[in-house]
Amino acid sequence: MSETNEEPPDFPPGPARRVARTAAPSVIRSGREVMSVELALTVFRQMIRTRALEERSIKMSKSGEAYFWIGGPGEEAFNVSLGLQVHKGFGPAYDYLHLHYRNAGVLLAMGMPMIDHVRQLAMRWTDPHSRGRNFVGHYAVRAWNVVPVTSVIEVQFAMAPGTARVQKRYGGEGITIVVGGEAGTAEGDFETCLNWSTRPGFELPVLMVVTNNRYGISTDIRSVSVEKEITARAAPYGIRAETVDGNDPVATWNALDRAMRYCRRERRPFLLEAMVSRLHGHSSSSGAQRDWNEVDVLANFEQMLIDQGAIDSATVKTLKDEARAEADAAVVAAMQEPQPTPADVYRFTYAPSPVDVVYPEDYTGLPGAC
Amino acid sequence: MASIAQAVRMALHYGETYLGVTDIFGEDVGPPLGGVFTVTQGLKTAWNTPLDERGIIGTAMGIAYAGGRPVCEIQFCDYALNVMDLLQVAGNQRWASGGEFDLPIVVMTPTGAGIRGSIYHSHSFESWASRLAGWKIVCPSNALDAYGLMIAAIKDPNPVFVLLPKALLRARDDRRIPGEPDDPDELSRMIDAPVGDRSNWQPQWPELQEYVVPIGKADLVREGADGTVICYGRLVPLCTQAADELARDHGHRFDVIDLRSIFPYDWPLISESVRKTGRVLIVNEDTEVTNFGEHLLRRVIDEHFYDLLVRPRTLLGKHVPGIGMNQVYETNSVPQLGDIRAALRELATDPA
Repeated sequence: MSETNEEPPDFPPGPARRVARTAAPSVIRSGREVMSVELALTVFRQMIRTRALEERSIKMSKSGEAYFWIGGPGEEAFNVSLGLQVHKGFGPAYDYLHLHYRNAGVLLAMGMPMIDHVRQLAMRWTDPHSRGRNFVGHYAVRAWNVVPVTSVIEVQFAMAPGTARVQKRYGGEGITIVVGGEAGTAEGDFETCLNWSTRPGFELPVLMVVTNNRYGISTDIRSVSVEKEITARAAPYGIRAETVDGNDPVATWNALDRAMRYCRRERRPFLLEAMVSRLHGHSSSSGAQRDWNEVDVLANFEQMLIDQGAIDSATVKTLKDEARAEADAAVVAAMQEPQPTPADVYRFTYAPSPVDVVYPEDYTGLPGAC
Repeated sequence: MASIAQAVRMALHYGETYLGVTDIFGEDVGPPLGGVFTVTQGLKTAWNTPLDERGIIGTAMGIAYAGGRPVCEIQFCDYALNVMDLLQVAGNQRWASGGEFDLPIVVMTPTGAGIRGSIYHSHSFESWASRLAGWKIVCPSNALDAYGLMIAAIKDPNPVFVLLPKALLRARDDRRIPGEPDDPDELSRMIDAPVGDRSNWQPQWPELQEYVVPIGKADLVREGADGTVICYGRLVPLCTQAADELARDHGHRFDVIDLRSIFPYDWPLISESVRKTGRVLIVNEDTEVTNFGEHLLRRVIDEHFYDLLVRPRTLLGKHVPGIGMNQVYETNSVPQLGDIRAALRELATDPA
């Protein structure tokens, strides 16, 4: 068995993946939802890159190159669709992202090079998100309004009304997007976001997203909560909401498009719940083994694209090989880069202050310490 | 002649007029009340929040991320305890993001005993706050310092806690805040909201000027060679009074240090004083187990062991679950004037 357990067990062979049509289609259909082939292939390629990076990351956590892995295999359709639709930039005219730790696909789709993810996983000083201080997937990108991801569950939902308040005052189409899992909605901070986003006369452009993988580490949501859908929580606040199958990239893309459009134009909140799979468990602390009972959004999309004649197996293989090679190269390069030194422990604690006589530049240890 | 409440209000007005403060908010902070201690009356950017401390701190962080300059209030510091994790996150944002995100937020909250606040309105917060690395913590003992420290807190691009000693919020300073009218009654007419209907009331702000008390700079409020007293906030007036009485009655003279900044604290001033007197008393009203004063005691022992003439002392609040409503509880668990005077006398007369 490979380190990531990434090859499927011996299931009986499925139907042959081959092109059933002769003419390439212009759109991909899933039920009533439609997406252009060009867009579908863009999403597909980013999903492949995301999966390759996550699988390489899991290997790193097991090889000793890294200590800990957490991420979002199974959530690629949602993550990539979000990353590609974000209005990316700095300041309140652009979208603010309050993410959690399963959003590699969002950042990759936004244009983050793989190596920036790996630098954090490998705890390098070159890690632009945290200088080797934080877990992997805990991104912080000021230039793109990606505020620091924390491991503290759901606190991002308490912060989201703040960025959205500034955006409401600023005008324009920038929105605040806050993402968390379904287990975290039991925290009061989820209710804080619902409440503060709907203060009468000061409703806020917040897109609240819950990616529902049905588990909080080991606990089945159905064993601790009576709700059938998280979106039911929106009703008392008069917030518009939708639940979407996060394993259907076409539906997920369109649901995000509708939700973002609503927040941008109406300057009001929206709650979107995406039902997703958790393909490698909670994190490396639970082994990160592949769970073959979960629906694989990437395999499903691949089959859909092949069935509808948008791509062929050879091209898929090429894309996957390229993505794996990209991830491998990122790991090789990142591992050559410097680690933090003992002199870096205090750095970036305080911003330079004109009114602080002890720490005018940065923290330097206890006051007056030699 | 302003009170601390008026001084903070004027500093906030100065902040929203000249220093870019965008939001002043919290429970009952906006009109009509303007704060349960009247600290935010008449401010143009003040608004009321849901009764939700987590939302207050989280929203302050979000506003700061997006380029705003928030000042928020936790109505009583006792209620900051349900948001400790967010406060910790706020303190680490710059460090955790490798310098990507500054977090210029100011959190003000009334702290300490002395207003018969019973079990849930009498806590002290400085020892809790001192464990929140990445924050700065200031605590004024008079109106002029309150004005200068609040302006410093607003100007500092890092998270700053302004702990307001609630028993002193009505205490008047005999010094004037720059721009404040000479007559305290005139100031009151200008900036205190009327009792009753105030829907049409507008404050008339004096022409205030900038005044900064630097963060990390203590104030030596009395000088003497017979001992060093380290205090802050509510107990500064009591320590000063005790020192004055002992000077008058017994000729003992003390260095009384008003820290003003809990973190970073003014170690050079403390160090110099301890070297001079060899006798140290650390006084505060927070509970005594894992008290911030114990940290200062540790540094005094570590760095001045051979400068000490007598054992260094602390006079702290008792380690009890709360401060009871009947005054017997408070007077027997929180340092009082008599306790401070006795401790100072003992400090000065202990044979070396």
